[in-house]
Order: sequence, then structure tokens, then C-alpha cells
Amino acid sequence: MRTLWRVFALVALPAVLLAVWWFASADSKDFFLPPLSRILNSFDTVWTAQRWRADVLPSVLRLLAGYVAAAILGIAAGTVIGSSRKVRATTEPVLEFLRALPPPVLVPVIMLFAGIGTGMKIAVIISGCVWPVLLNTVEGVRAVDGVLTDTCTVYRVTGARRLFRLTLPAASPQIVTGLRQALSLGIILMVISEMFAASSGLGFTIVQFQRSFAIPGMWSGIILLGLLGVAMSVLFALFERWALAWYLGMRRTGGRE
Amino acid sequence: MSVHTTPPVPEPSTTARRRWPIPYGLAGLAAFALLAEAVPRLGIVPERHLPPFSRIMTALAGELHAPGFWPAVRDTVTAWSAGLGLAATAGVLVGVLIGSVPVLRDLTASTIEFLRPIPSVALIPLAVLLYGTRLPSSLLLIVYASFWPVLLQVLAGIRDIDPVAAATARSYRLGPLARLRYLQWPTTLPYAVTGLRLSASIALVLAVTAELVIGAPGLGKRIATAQISGAVPQMYALIVVTGLLGLAVNLAARAAERRVLHWHQSVRAEPAGAR
Repeated sequence: MRTLWRVFALVALPAVLLAVWWFASADSKDFFLPPLSRILNSFDTVWTAQRWRADVLPSVLRLLAGYVAAAILGIAAGTVIGSSRKVRATTEPVLEFLRALPPPVLVPVIMLFAGIGTGMKIAVIISGCVWPVLLNTVEGVRAVDGVLTDTCTVYRVTGARRLFRLTLPAASPQIVTGLRQALSLGIILMVISEMFAASSGLGFTIVQFQRSFAIPGMWSGIILLGLLGVAMSVLFALFERWALAWYLGMRRTGGRE
Repeated sequence: MSVHTTPPVPEPSTTARRRWPIPYGLAGLAAFALLAEAVPRLGIVPERHLPPFSRIMTALAGELHAPGFWPAVRDTVTAWSAGLGLAATAGVLVGVLIGSVPVLRDLTASTIEFLRPIPSVALIPLAVLLYGTRLPSSLLLIVYASFWPVLLQVLAGIRDIDPVAAATARSYRLGPLARLRYLQWPTTLPYAVTGLRLSASIALVLAVTAELVIGAPGLGKRIATAQISGAVPQMYALIVVTGLLGLAVNLAARAAERRVLHWHQSVRAEPAGAR
């Protein structure tokens, strides 16, 4: 009974919403709000294999490249800054300002340097994603449990072993929080960089549909982008469960406050 | 899939941040300015791509007197505050409603998890078609993006209500209003405030994005105009302004958080790891 209710709860509302959309728009004459059936039909003709290869895949690859680079950069710099009180105090106001910059304003700046090619788009994604990772890493490294640090010092655990056995694991819950914030920012920046200046890519294609008033195509693009966001967040949840298994387990058992 | 929420802790560094030795911070700022001056002057980066810091500051001083600058700031702030206000109100109302009724919470969980990660920029074409470059266009993007953090935090807050406190409230037959005041409000407030702080900076990002990409009036549009007309120092100056605006939003959000939650453990307690 319990499982039945779970399954029902999972699908009931989405099914109702889709049904409402389907029937409410079924004989819609509104040019901007075409029937859902037409949007779904346009998926086949719009998102052809060729378009997947030319637009969708490059977009996703750029997103991944920028995101991974930002993660590495952010964690590395964050560890350095977080480990030293003086470095932290020196960089804090500058970082505070850079973090406050809305990342999309960097698109025109990076266009100056890198033109409008693939490099520009990856640079835009890096420049936006790096801050949440960096700042959360700094916080995580700063707040490593004092007893653990003292223990490591007493046992003379230093260098790389200290980094990989103490600092990074202890900071990992915070780092993962930063990575999660960076992911949604990354998708936004991927789309914006393509809408601003590009000749291919998911964001470009959607804007192109809108400008040429190919409305069902535009809707299908919006849906595809939504599905991409959802897929990314599911993958991230899996990653998080894997990377933080120890931490989540500890919290569940209330091992320690 | 679990609903991700941030525990109701104000930025962990808030208390520690007050303690950073100010001379170090000033030195950092000075070094940053010096670097931004030296890099183009030494020709490491062409000046037409990155003007020296002093030129950007001159352009900034010029912008402050330029016609249309303050109206642009006002437009951006209006869109930001209106969007944030709408999103926060909707988030709190929907959150309290869904959170208080377990059946509703079960029924909506999957839908929320699906809608939340949809990037709000996906709605840009739709916003353009429906509202053109007017304010509702920006509001659509801002509200969609900043609604979710508030909603999720309020839901998490209501789930966090102490069962003993809830049972006590039932035993004393507190009415719905009294329960709201003495049970749900104090537990949920720290969560809601955290959600608001997150939403405040997201709303600014989306406000500027809408202006930059769609062309809604505001600072973002001014940046786009400066870029197209090749006024590079002005463009940098305007970017600095958006950064200062973001800084003001962050600082104000943190100050408000400390004020509203002055009674809460997380604000009163010593910061973790500060030794």
C-alpha cells in the first residue's frame, strides 16, 4: 500500500499537469502557444541527428569542459587561500567583489579577449563557475575540525598526505555545495554565451527559432533545455551520494554534531 | 532524489569576516588595483582589451554624471526588488501551504524536483515573445529563478519543526494562528532567511542577464551598448558598478539576516573553526 502511494505521488501531479497542458492547448489558435501535440511532433523534425551533432553535443561538451576546469581551479585556489590566514585576509575583499559580479556581464569582456569561438564560451563558463567552488572550498578548508588538525600535526602528517587525508575530505561537504551551485550557473552561462554571440549551439538554435517565429521549434528547444537541466541535476545527485556517502551516513546516524 | 537544502546557518564566515585584519584586506585591494594598472601598461594585455585601472576609474567618474546612468541603475534595482519581492512572497506562501499538509508535500515533490533545475534562461525566448523588452520580461526570468531557493528552504524549515514542540502545541490546543506564530514561524524563519539571501543574488544575476541579452532597460543594456560602440573603459566602469551593486546586495542580505536572527543559535554561537 505504502509503495503504491509513493508511485502514485510521484506521477500523479506531473500527469495531471501534462494532461491539462495537452487538453487546454489542444485547439489553441494562439500563435505563441501552440498545442502540445504539435510541439511534441516537432521534436522529430527539429532535433535531427545532424542537429544533435552540430548544436546539442558541442554545447554540452563546452559546459562539461568549462565546469571541470572551474572545479579544478576553484578547489586548488580555494585550498591555498583557505589554508593560510594571511592569504585569506589579503584576498578576502577582492574575492568578495569578484563574487558579487553577476557572471553574465563577463560575456562582453571575454568576447574582447577571446572572440566568439569555442574558447570564449568555455572561458565564460569557467569565469562564472569558479567563484562558488572557490569560496565554498575556502570556507570548508578554514573550518576543518580543530581536533583533527591537531591530531595530524602531532602525528606529523604533512604534505600531500595531509591534503588528501585531512583537508580535502574534511572540506568536501562544503566543496560539493559549491559544485552544485556552480552547475546551475554553468548551464545559464552556456546558454547566454551562445545567445549573445554564436553560430551554433543549443542557446543559439532556440533564439534562432524565436527570431524566425518557428514557435513549436522554440518550445521544443525550451523543453529540451529543461530536460538537460534535470538530467544534470540527477547526475549530480548521484555523484554527491557517491562522493559524500560517509558524510551522509554520519549525519543520518547523528554520529556527531 | 533528495531535496537539497542549505542548513539554516548564516554564511559561516560572517562572524569571522568582521575580524579580518583590515590592513591585509586593504593591501589585497591595492595589489589588485596595481595589477590591473600594470598589466595593460606593460603591454601584457593590449590596452584596447583591458584599459589600465586608472582609465576605468576615470570612465566611472564620467559615468556618474552621464545622462541615463542613474535611470539605468534605478531600472535594474526596480526589476531586482520587484522580482525578488514577488518570488519571496510566492515562495513563502506556497512553501507554508505545501509544507503544512503532508499529502500535498508528497504529491508535489516530484514536480518541484523536475521544475527547479530548469534553467530560467530557457525562458528568454518566451519572455521576448510575450513581453518584448518591457519589465515583465525581466520579471518572468527573475521570479522563476529566485522562487525555488525560497520555496525549498521554507519546506525544509517546516519539516524541521521539533516533534516535541508540535505535540506540546497540540496538547495546549493552540489554534492555527497561534501555531503559526509560536511553532512554525520561529523554526522556519532561519531557513526562509537563508533562502532569501540566496535568492537576492540570483535575482540580481537574472536582472542583469535580462538586460544584457533581451535588452530590457537597465545597467545590462548599457553594458551591451558600450560594448557594441567600442567604448571599452565605459564598459569596464559599468561592470564595476554591477559588481558594487552585487556587493551591496550581499552585504545588505547578510546584515538583514543577522538582525532578523539575532536570537538564533547560529548567530549567537562562536564561528566554527575560528581560533
